[in-house]
Amino acid sequence: MGNVIDLTRVCQTFVSSDGSPVTALQDVDLGLRKHEFVSLIGPSGCGKSTVLRLIAGLLKPTAGTVSIFDRPVTEPRDEIGVVFQKPTLLPWLNVLDNITFPMRHKYGHVDAKDTERAQALLSTIGLADFGRKRPGELSGGMQQRVAIARSLLHDPDILLMDEPFSALDALTRDEMSFELLRIWSERPKTVVFVTHSIQEAILLSDRIVVMSARPGRVAEIIDVPLPRPRSLATLSDPVFTALANDIRVKVFTRKPE
Amino acid sequence: MGTLKHYADRFAPLLAFVGVLLAWEAACRLFAIPAFVLPAPSAVIASTTEIGAGRWVQHLLATVQIALIGYLVAILLALPLAVMITHSRLLSRTLLPWLIIIQSTPIVAIAPIIVVTLGAGMLPRVVITTLIAFFPLVIATATGLASVPDELLELSRSLRASRSREYWQIRMPYAVPHIFSALKVAITLAVIGAVVAEFVAAEVGLGYLILFATSTFKVPMAFAALTLLVACSLLLYGVIVLAQRLLCPWSLGKEAGQ
Repeated sequence: MGNVIDLTRVCQTFVSSDGSPVTALQDVDLGLRKHEFVSLIGPSGCGKSTVLRLIAGLLKPTAGTVSIFDRPVTEPRDEIGVVFQKPTLLPWLNVLDNITFPMRHKYGHVDAKDTERAQALLSTIGLADFGRKRPGELSGGMQQRVAIARSLLHDPDILLMDEPFSALDALTRDEMSFELLRIWSERPKTVVFVTHSIQEAILLSDRIVVMSARPGRVAEIIDVPLPRPRSLATLSDPVFTALANDIRVKVFTRKPE
Repeated sequence: MGTLKHYADRFAPLLAFVGVLLAWEAACRLFAIPAFVLPAPSAVIASTTEIGAGRWVQHLLATVQIALIGYLVAILLALPLAVMITHSRLLSRTLLPWLIIIQSTPIVAIAPIIVVTLGAGMLPRVVITTLIAFFPLVIATATGLASVPDELLELSRSLRASRSREYWQIRMPYAVPHIFSALKVAITLAVIGAVVAEFVAAEVGLGYLILFATSTFKVPMAFAALTLLVACSLLLYGVIVLAQRLLCPWSLGKEAGQ
């Protein structure tokens, strides 16, 4: 099929606290191409994060298949890097050790090459001089940048991001979006980006997957025809504004089916 | 004005302490309160010469020894228990009721029984001390181990790391601030445990000394032993605070780190 990630008729059912089954996802079909930046957007409870966790191999689909490079996902795989909503750095390690933590956690040791790569990543995220600082000494935006660097350490083909900027203030958010685009253009990857922000989705993505809730389904997949590289000027592009209105209507008027 | 305020701020606690002592001394002399009701601070100090310095050290060391051994045993018991409780729901459901029963048993009530069962000597004293000190350690450590953010556990799972690394590299360090809070509570409890044990069966120790002194109406000496006990408890507490500052400075709150 040539896709990097394929979801085929994926259903996910959870058992709620009162024992009754809840359908989180129903018949989700989705294919992601190489080095494509795709955002998942939709109301709360539409299963965006569930899709992410299925691709990450942290959940097994109730029905259907999730494949990466045409191989079904049965457990977490090395091709993937994950960035969560909160930075989840370890407060007792300095920034550099936090970035190399996945190696120490997985293999029990960190070699010189890992440290070298971590230092290079620190430069990439503009925190070259912060390697010896503790996470507590960094701002929220800086911490999230470190978390992104941590997810990039093993140079994964796929980057999964679960509302990574939602805990940041509006100004830092915009800054981080451009930062992410710059990193992504330097190290192209297939990115799945879950967000609540329509503007963020348009600014970053090649395609936007609009999802509907209860049960979670793919309502529509929208191409973003804005040229790259994108900049502050992109935000005032008439195409951007029109697309934002279009998606807002789709997200808000879609009734549960 | 500025410097005056600065000095007031700095020396207020000390001045208050000295003030209370002076008021106490004055009250005892002014109202001629008998020493067996409330001895004056000067009488307490004078009473320390009734037995030799060597005897004081002997009593002090006996109590500190029991408190520390009981404390260490409590730590060695509490940490694995906490891991077991967080590791498995079944173990948690099985063990927790027992822990709560042990905690709910008044230590003063069970102390004589333990002495009868285990005989006189160091063992029952250590057991009593351990019993009173270990519960807060288990609960705090278990709370700490479970306080790890879900996302960090997902990160661990996404790396396919082993459960033992999850515990050693994520859960245990996360529990450190909780463990230190409990260590501070437990050290003062251990001193209490040692004294309770000495009340029941001992021929040496500050608890024994208080019992002995009061039974012969040497109340000033009991006060002197009590003062030494409080000082000892505070000192041990300070050692734990210092250990946390030196070993795990990141675990202190923001304001404490300044």
